[in-house]
Amino acid sequence: MSIAIHQQSQTFGAHPHVDGLDHEHHHDAGGNTVFGFWIYLMSDCLLFASLFAGYAVLGRNTAGGPSGKELFDLKYVAIETLFLLLSSITYGMAMMGTLKRNSTKVLIWLAITGLFGLGFIGMEINEFHHLIEEGNGPGRSAFLSAFFSLVGTHGIHVTSGLLWLVVLMYQVWSKGVTETNRTRLMCLSLFWHFLDIVWICVFTVVYLMGFL
Amino acid sequence: MAALLSGCHLSVLDPKGQVAADEKSLIITATLLMLVVVIPVILLTLYFAWKYRESNTEATYTPDWSYSHRIEAVVWAVPIVIILVLGTITWKSTHELDPYKPLESSVKPITIQVVSLDWKWLFIYPDQHIATINEIQFPANTPVNFRITSDTVMNVFFIPQLGSQIYAMAGMQTQVNLIADTPGTYDGLSANFSGAGFPDMKFTATASSQADFDAWVAKVKASPNKLGLDNYNDLAKPSQKDPVKYFSNVEPVLYAAVLDKYMDKSSGLKLADKFCLPKVVASVEATNKDRAEK
Amino acid sequence: MFGKLSWDAIPFHEPVAMGGVAGMVLAGILVLGGITYFKQWGYLYREWFTSVDHKKLGVMYIVLALVMLLRGFADALMMRAQQSIANGGNEGFLHPDHYNQVFTAHGVIMIFFMAMPFMVGLMNIVVPLQIGARDVAFPFVNSLSFWLTFAGAMLVNASLAVGEFARTGWLAYPPLSELAYSPGVGVDYYIWALQISGLGTLLTGVNFFVTIVKMRAPGMTWMRLPIFTWTALCTNMLIIFAFPILTVTLAMLGADRYLGMHFFTNDGGGNPMMYVNLIWAWGHPEVYILILPAFGVFSEITSTFSSKKLFGYTSMVYATIAITVLSFMVWLHHFFTMGSGANVNAFFGISTMIISIPTGVKIFNWMFTMYRGRVRMTTPMLWTIGFIITFVIGGMTGVLLAVPGADFLLHNSLFLIAHFHNVIIGGVLFGYLAGMTYWFPKAFGFRLHEGLGKVAFWCWLVGFYVAFMPLYVLGFMGMTRRMQHYQNDAWQAWLILAAVGGLIIAAGIGAMVLQLAYSVWKREELRDVTGDPWGGRTLEWLTDSPPAFYNFAHTPVVHTLDALAFMKERGNVHSRERYTDIHMPRNTAVGLIMGLLSIALGFGLIWHIWWLAILAFVGMIGSFIVRSFDDDVDYYVPAAEVERIENARHLAMANQG
Repeated sequence: MSIAIHQQSQTFGAHPHVDGLDHEHHHDAGGNTVFGFWIYLMSDCLLFASLFAGYAVLGRNTAGGPSGKELFDLKYVAIETLFLLLSSITYGMAMMGTLKRNSTKVLIWLAITGLFGLGFIGMEINEFHHLIEEGNGPGRSAFLSAFFSLVGTHGIHVTSGLLWLVVLMYQVWSKGVTETNRTRLMCLSLFWHFLDIVWICVFTVVYLMGFL
Repeated sequence: MAALLSGCHLSVLDPKGQVAADEKSLIITATLLMLVVVIPVILLTLYFAWKYRESNTEATYTPDWSYSHRIEAVVWAVPIVIILVLGTITWKSTHELDPYKPLESSVKPITIQVVSLDWKWLFIYPDQHIATINEIQFPANTPVNFRITSDTVMNVFFIPQLGSQIYAMAGMQTQVNLIADTPGTYDGLSANFSGAGFPDMKFTATASSQADFDAWVAKVKASPNKLGLDNYNDLAKPSQKDPVKYFSNVEPVLYAAVLDKYMDKSSGLKLADKFCLPKVVASVEATNKDRAEK
Repeated sequence: MFGKLSWDAIPFHEPVAMGGVAGMVLAGILVLGGITYFKQWGYLYREWFTSVDHKKLGVMYIVLALVMLLRGFADALMMRAQQSIANGGNEGFLHPDHYNQVFTAHGVIMIFFMAMPFMVGLMNIVVPLQIGARDVAFPFVNSLSFWLTFAGAMLVNASLAVGEFARTGWLAYPPLSELAYSPGVGVDYYIWALQISGLGTLLTGVNFFVTIVKMRAPGMTWMRLPIFTWTALCTNMLIIFAFPILTVTLAMLGADRYLGMHFFTNDGGGNPMMYVNLIWAWGHPEVYILILPAFGVFSEITSTFSSKKLFGYTSMVYATIAITVLSFMVWLHHFFTMGSGANVNAFFGISTMIISIPTGVKIFNWMFTMYRGRVRMTTPMLWTIGFIITFVIGGMTGVLLAVPGADFLLHNSLFLIAHFHNVIIGGVLFGYLAGMTYWFPKAFGFRLHEGLGKVAFWCWLVGFYVAFMPLYVLGFMGMTRRMQHYQNDAWQAWLILAAVGGLIIAAGIGAMVLQLAYSVWKREELRDVTGDPWGGRTLEWLTDSPPAFYNFAHTPVVHTLDALAFMKERGNVHSRERYTDIHMPRNTAVGLIMGLLSIALGFGLIWHIWWLAILAFVGMIGSFIVRSFDDDVDYYVPAAEVERIENARHLAMANQG
């Protein structure tokens, strides 16, 4: 019976194994995780797409209140953007550290990434606080509702990323750059760069185009 | 059974106006076209299941036969052809039956403005300067141009025997053009659930001779009630099972004011003309001004 | 301290509601009491609640679905009863406030907490087995998904006893669902139940997509994938693309209600029409999410019970993909009557009709599978034939409604209600019930009683027609939906007939319950000793019934479509090759804990008990983080243990066979 199977698998070329039956694959568990995370990011893409759609529809519904032109400070936003973009570069440096399994290098660059991220969030919170204090909070008009929700959802994502970063830093510090940690660092890397790309869209559609 | 059939007035299929009549023929045409496929499919399914049942060992049995170019071609082609026909009918009829499209008629249309409230219908006749709750009348064979909005949640303005329903939404104006070719009284309702008093949000639409219409307008004008911006707010308060009410006079800018309540003036400019408040207000005011000067 | 919550929240003054509460409480006491009396909590906790095994999770999903079917059906019976008497001056027995919650809850429960879990349950049980895998890609996430769905269902049930449910219809259109017109907690229950369970569903989508792409047995190329798995793959793609839209839309509505924003309010520049667009951009793909797996079930069943290859497999696959893509291009047909203009309406009408082409192809393929086959009229096959006939009628009325001119007369009428129940009951529900009957022996090791299954089928089929054909007539008589009372004797006659239909369906449900109980009682007589009670063609029938916890001792190598049928022909179904260690995930309580915490989170948000919501949220995040520190999440079953298990099973089979 086993010989028959062996011959068959040779004939059909399903899998070149000595005894014809498949060995237990060592599942590429890390690979599956990263792939799964990509797919989750696709769904997150749709989440942001819906928020952008809402912003596109409601962007001019200022209900007699201020529009983006009157509220946005492009220089301020440019600095925020710089923080975020730099943080992506520094995360990239951290990923280089994982190649050599150099946990010190990873930790240092992650820490710098975290600081830039914190800077970004701090500035954003300040911007929101300022707007709300002036009476231009999300309840002022549909435009502001859409603005706060779109920009705020991005900010919530970044904050979650920062929390993840801190936990991961601890895990790298205590266990080193293990297989599991490498997979997680890879996923966070994807997440971080994704948020960068979303921010570029936000910056363009909300802030830059707000001035047109 | 008798009870079922005796009261079986399929009002939607008993059109009293051109729009509803056109829509009814659409329904019938589309159904017949599809039955061309549906009936054979049902019969064949039952036939195959019966003929090839396990106990019928005389029937041919070909367990590995799973493909046939010819069958494949037919099962794609037949539905495609039917959909091509139906699609063409759809394109044409959708354009012809566009609710916003004025009806072809030598008779001058009359305009009725509609505001859906909780839970009654307010009708304003801008040219006759009258208003009513839950009752309208107009001459038969005269196009009626309804302009519709809401001062509350979404409703749907619908007179089944005259045709096309359309949503009533705050901050927006929708339109529907209907015509009755037979005098009679027809049921009107809201076809979108709008809260506690929804089931009673009914009105009557009567098509009559010109003379009867004029008499009705006179009857409304004899009412002691007047509708102005001040008592409108009382009227708009939630109420259920409202009886018919007449207003002999109505504030000319009332309808525009209702639209204005919710329309975001900052955004109004980009919306299509049919929703655009500045033009609506301007045109209403211009019309009123013309009339005043005559 | 307790936000808006007070003793007033319990509907003491509403006898009908209290009746429902009493029923729920009684059922709860019986079940929980029974478990306690038979000392099964430990067993349930260890073997089921903390399980990450797709087979067990699948069973739990279906149990949830069947329980919620009873709840949603009770709502249906109440609606039919109310409408059959509330004519003229008769106000019926359901006050409008209550009636309006009943029809809302009916829709929400049936779609989100009956149909979705039923489908996810079937996918869970079957897909890994069909592709020759040991479990899904992310077993822990699978467990979390189940418990989040459970949490949503529990919140909806809680609304009956504490507070109220939404009174807006199942899609909660604003402005009616905004704070100004729905100031109570009902819409909040709606929002949070759906957000929480929606997250679970989205995770399922990602999980199964990765599973099917990455974990197929060697040799299982795309065009050798079992047809049910194909439909599952497309469904999961739809979930990934569509559910984020729902999340955002509900979040926007929530933002309006909780944070005073103006997405969909009448004032402040809000745009309720945008909600309608967004919710249907999700809503239309949602109904395809529901129907595609049912199509997959019918394909498997028709082929198996005709003892014949599925006709036109390739075109079935392409038709499924076409339907998946097209389902994103039709959403406006749900609101032709909002005045979009003729070009827009015509475009969406035509795109909707185009979907009927690949759907029609599928129907023909099933017919030609039976043609020149040897058709066994088992219960699953009866469901299939009932489906073909019923679904084409429903599809026909759907294409009719897709003609905007026709829709202008029929939108929101009982004709519409009849249409979508026609396709959802005739298509989705018949499919899932057929699938349940078909795969039941695989999950439990014994078949469901055939005779009672046939009784259930006939009651459902006849009951469906008696309940819903009158609604088509009523649509033509001008009756619109969601009416708590009306004034029309002619309508009443048809509504009474429809109520009778509801009772016939109730008999069908009763037969199903009886069937389940009787089958459990007589399970030895109904036992499936071979693992392949129907003469199946796909890999799940290669395993024992129920399968070992690791599914396959040896991962099968696939050479063709209908892998098992091929292996049977060659005579090499079972192999006795050398066993190897098997890598399996460990059970975990974290999914259960996070799910239970999400109930607290939802409840806290609904009642504005902020400290509860914050604590629950922190707890959920904390549990997840704690899990990430757990290194002991998997283990290896030694080859010797596998051999022992396999030998014991083969011995048992030989003895019984």
